[in-house]
Amino acid sequence: MDSQRLTLLSRIKDSDIYFSFIKSPTAIVSSVILIIIFFCSFFVEFVAPFNPFDPSSLSLMEAFTPPSWSEKGMDKYILGTDGQGRDMLSTILYGSRISLIVGFSAILFSLLLGVTLGLTAGYFGGKYEMIVMRLTDVQLTVPSILMALLVDGIARGIISRELHDEMAIYVLIFAIGISEWPQFARVSRAATLVEKNKDYVSASTIIGVSNILIMFKHILPNIMRPVLVIGTIGLALAIIAESTLSFLGVGVPPTTPSLGTLIRIGNDFLFSGEWWITFFPAIFLVLLAFSINLLGDWMRDTLNPKLN
Amino acid sequence: MVMLVVAFVSFSLFNFVGDPINNMVGEETSDEERDQIREDLGLNDAVHVQFIRFTGNALKGNFGISYQLRRPVSELIAERLPATLELVIISAVIALVSGTLLGVYTGINRKGFLSDVILAISLLGVSLPTFVIGILFIYLFAVILGILPSFGRGEVVDLGFWSTGFLTLSGLKAIILPSVTLSLFQMTYIIRLVRAEMMEILQTDYIKFARARGINEKSIHYKHALKNGLIPVITIAGINIGTLIAFSIITETVFQWPGMGFLFIQAVKFVDIPIMSAYLVFIAFVFVMINFIVDILYYFIDPRIRVKSEAVSG
Amino acid sequence: MSFLKIKNLSVDYKMRRETINAAKNVNIDVNKGEILGLVGESGSGKSTVGNAIINLIDEPGRVSNGSIVLDGIDIHADAQNIVKYRGKKIGLIFQDPQTSLNPILTIGEQLIETIQTHLNLNADDAKNKAINLLKEVGIKEAETRFDNYPHQFSGGMRQRVVISLALCCEPELLIADEPTTALDVSIQSQILDLIKKLTKERNLAVILITHDMGVIAETTDRVAVMKNGDLVEIGPTKELLTKPKEIYTRSLVSSVPPTNKKISRFKIIEKENKKQSDTNIKILNRWVKKEISDKDLVKVESLSKTFDDSFFIESSKNSVMAVNDVSFSIKEGQSFGLVGESGSGKSTIAKMIVNLFKPSSGDIYFNEVCITKIKSNKEMLKFRKQIQMIFQDPYSSLNGRLKVKDIVSEPIKLHNPSVSSKDLDDYISDLLESVELTQQSAERYPHEFSGGQRQRISIARALATQPRLLVCDEPTSALDVSIQAQILNLLKDLQEQLNLTILFISHDLPVVRQMCDRIAVLKNGKLCEISNTEDLFIKPKHDYTKELLKLMPKIESIYK
Repeated sequence: MDSQRLTLLSRIKDSDIYFSFIKSPTAIVSSVILIIIFFCSFFVEFVAPFNPFDPSSLSLMEAFTPPSWSEKGMDKYILGTDGQGRDMLSTILYGSRISLIVGFSAILFSLLLGVTLGLTAGYFGGKYEMIVMRLTDVQLTVPSILMALLVDGIARGIISRELHDEMAIYVLIFAIGISEWPQFARVSRAATLVEKNKDYVSASTIIGVSNILIMFKHILPNIMRPVLVIGTIGLALAIIAESTLSFLGVGVPPTTPSLGTLIRIGNDFLFSGEWWITFFPAIFLVLLAFSINLLGDWMRDTLNPKLN
Repeated sequence: MVMLVVAFVSFSLFNFVGDPINNMVGEETSDEERDQIREDLGLNDAVHVQFIRFTGNALKGNFGISYQLRRPVSELIAERLPATLELVIISAVIALVSGTLLGVYTGINRKGFLSDVILAISLLGVSLPTFVIGILFIYLFAVILGILPSFGRGEVVDLGFWSTGFLTLSGLKAIILPSVTLSLFQMTYIIRLVRAEMMEILQTDYIKFARARGINEKSIHYKHALKNGLIPVITIAGINIGTLIAFSIITETVFQWPGMGFLFIQAVKFVDIPIMSAYLVFIAFVFVMINFIVDILYYFIDPRIRVKSEAVSG
Repeated sequence: MSFLKIKNLSVDYKMRRETINAAKNVNIDVNKGEILGLVGESGSGKSTVGNAIINLIDEPGRVSNGSIVLDGIDIHADAQNIVKYRGKKIGLIFQDPQTSLNPILTIGEQLIETIQTHLNLNADDAKNKAINLLKEVGIKEAETRFDNYPHQFSGGMRQRVVISLALCCEPELLIADEPTTALDVSIQSQILDLIKKLTKERNLAVILITHDMGVIAETTDRVAVMKNGDLVEIGPTKELLTKPKEIYTRSLVSSVPPTNKKISRFKIIEKENKKQSDTNIKILNRWVKKEISDKDLVKVESLSKTFDDSFFIESSKNSVMAVNDVSFSIKEGQSFGLVGESGSGKSTIAKMIVNLFKPSSGDIYFNEVCITKIKSNKEMLKFRKQIQMIFQDPYSSLNGRLKVKDIVSEPIKLHNPSVSSKDLDDYISDLLESVELTQQSAERYPHEFSGGQRQRISIARALATQPRLLVCDEPTSALDVSIQAQILNLLKDLQEQLNLTILFISHDLPVVRQMCDRIAVLKNGKLCEISNTEDLFIKPKHDYTKELLKLMPKIESIYK
């Protein structure tokens, strides 16, 4: 190799990950879709045609308008309106913001918790590791959706009803986050065990580097790959879990509907033929989860050299 | 061990979450009446007495009285158990059998059109929330085509301790949509897992050595690789059944299937603690049983566990 | 007409950026009853040739040209046909017996399946044949062992089972790909003897792929040398080793540490030798050089270490005594060798001296202070600075996420937090110079370097704290011989200039002979003997030492 210094950008361009990214149409397409969805959801005030939560924009007269391309459709409601005359497209975009916020926060919460516990358990070993791992075993015994339901149920018991609607979104983040952390703990512990036995960790110990520095400066960057893969797939799971809980009526309150809430509301109208009210939020949700999973799948294949 | 922890958690639920009396009675109930109910339920005893009583009762299958429905929880569960178990068992069979078959196929034929299609569908399956699948099925088969029922179990035959839907045509028809819905997510998960496992095993040295000895591909795939590949599948199958029970909550809600999940979701909404804790204990019990069975199966399938290695000789 | 004729064989690997020619127009002949050695360093293409013969090349590689003629038949002419020859005409043995056998089938099932694939025998006949085979390869109580699973055999026994599997359908060509690299010296010689015996008895044609010149000298009749996919030289073993024609072969032979004498430096032919040891390296200016004295720098007293396999289930039964009552001392400026086979406890002792493990009993004194009793981290840091270590695996010993600059600067900054950035840069560049790396290396990441270069980075990192004792745990056993020679030369030079004390751990007796002043021999955690190097090699006292010396493959045996 010649002596030229590589800038960060050229390093990225040179890397195998970049190469495999531009060679994978699915990875590109799914990232583009995700970027669009993220953009539209977070800047929803500027993107959405209506503000569905502004009472002045509601008109019960225009309730149950089908999508614009059908006979009775109206041009201003591209995807039709719901039972209260709210524009479907706008409610979906507002709803997806709620879903994304809950999904991201929950996964971040479980990632921080899980990685910290897994990393320290793997590094220190002994009784501490045993306790942490037993805890994940017990936790894994309870399926995540059930765990989330239980947390939610307990929260309903503890928090008074008036406060509950306000707190609902935090309870939900906590409930989903607490049900996902064992995955992160397991993966990061397993990866830490591998890294811990590598000689560079021994070398650092012999030099006299402290345990905390070894864990967070040396080991953590080396275990981030599997954690990121789990995190991406976990994000899809968290979004699905959120919508499921909301669908079951124990998630976010109907005043700030997420995608799941929208589908539940729409479900009531399914038999009377107003299919679009439940159909479009569902499609949007699946598109979102599918894109994240596609990206996660590609990441797993690329970042895990074992299968290549 | 797991059981104890779960029992304790359920008990804590029972005891410390909210005031059950408030949930049970209306606003107009007098304080005397409240105290009477409190006494009846044994809520005035010391904590450890309550825990021992709780565990003792739980062992006898007695989980107290539902706050909401005012009936013994054990009775409610016994009534609903057959519906859930039938649903879960059918789903588990669908998920395991088709998941493993498709997983093995895609693992062996890594680069084929059919494999790509199966994989794409499986990825879509992982992205489809169970309730969305359920709604989709209902709309397609019940609303548009009108060939399958969209809710309930159909006619059931009461066998005394068990009421089954397997013996009537309407019962069989009714279970198709919910069980397929329930199994789809797990199936796609199993496909991906078995595929990854197969691909990894086909790269090992002993497969390469078997090839070098001229063993034919069929034997390599189905005798050498598949047997090794199925070992982790057993664990997954165990977890799978437990997860199916949990996910049956959603399916039962969508299809209004009169099982335990339906009961549980109502309990969560109305903070009906006895039902919640009983359900939790039940799930934990099922998990412990499954783990036990999985361990036994391991013992028979994996010689490395069954036969201890001898002292190094030579 | 020779039995196997490899004509113009080329194998290509199409990679992302370029196509790698793993083998280029290779021509090799093998006769019956002859062992042909195929020797080369890593990446030379020797294994590729072995795999290409039976057309088992990993993706994305493929045979792009050439023919393999076996017994007058071109076996690559029809791709489907090759399957017939695998096992039947050609047997293959892999390097690692641990992973070559299917763990959930008994060895009997694997043998019978292979036999019935190729030979028309019923179950009973196949079983008889299998048992006889097991006996032939030296497995005792073959009838009962027949129903055992692979994990019930030790490494050497497993390799015998692998050989029986490779030979069970009476192939006429045997390809052994590093068959003894994963085994200890004593077992290696047994397996090589077995291969030699079977070659004679069955009149086999054998291709023995190895990197070990000692094995080549003792086992093969002819030898082919490969480099970067090219066949460099082929000829009778004795002629090739004693009078090599090509420069590459000459450098390869001269890089091998001689077993019968001590030399001061390895001759490195390809690169003209730098007169490096004459000029002082800059790092000396920073160094507080210790005078060679008669004092003991390290003293180890009745050291023991017990490992508990499972500390919360049944405890005492599974405990392994890795080190058992070992005592020795090392003088300042001396090179001390610890020698033993796998499981002898040599690495465990090293890890206790650098304080990675706590001993179960016994004490270690460094400069007359007992370091095993130090509790406080601050106190320990003073000793960490003076004792550094170099590891075996150059790939795992460097953190791939850090630049070389950051790897080398970490110990400097830690032990001297007030160092100015200018001074730090100077220090790093002096260190890199001392291990003969370019200044540009500092900005690169470890994955851009070869194994030998990484080992140099490791050495630079170890030197950064200016240690008095350098513990080297098999520092060259993962490297090719020519690189090994360079690294050993470097270590010798550094020791000479800096008066380092070195604890050198190795399983490789010839290497230890070149590097050490005194040697301790270990077996199963116990000390067998300690002697001055030349005494140990000329008149060993302990039986185990004698046996090790007798069994080690000697390149000089070619002169006999």
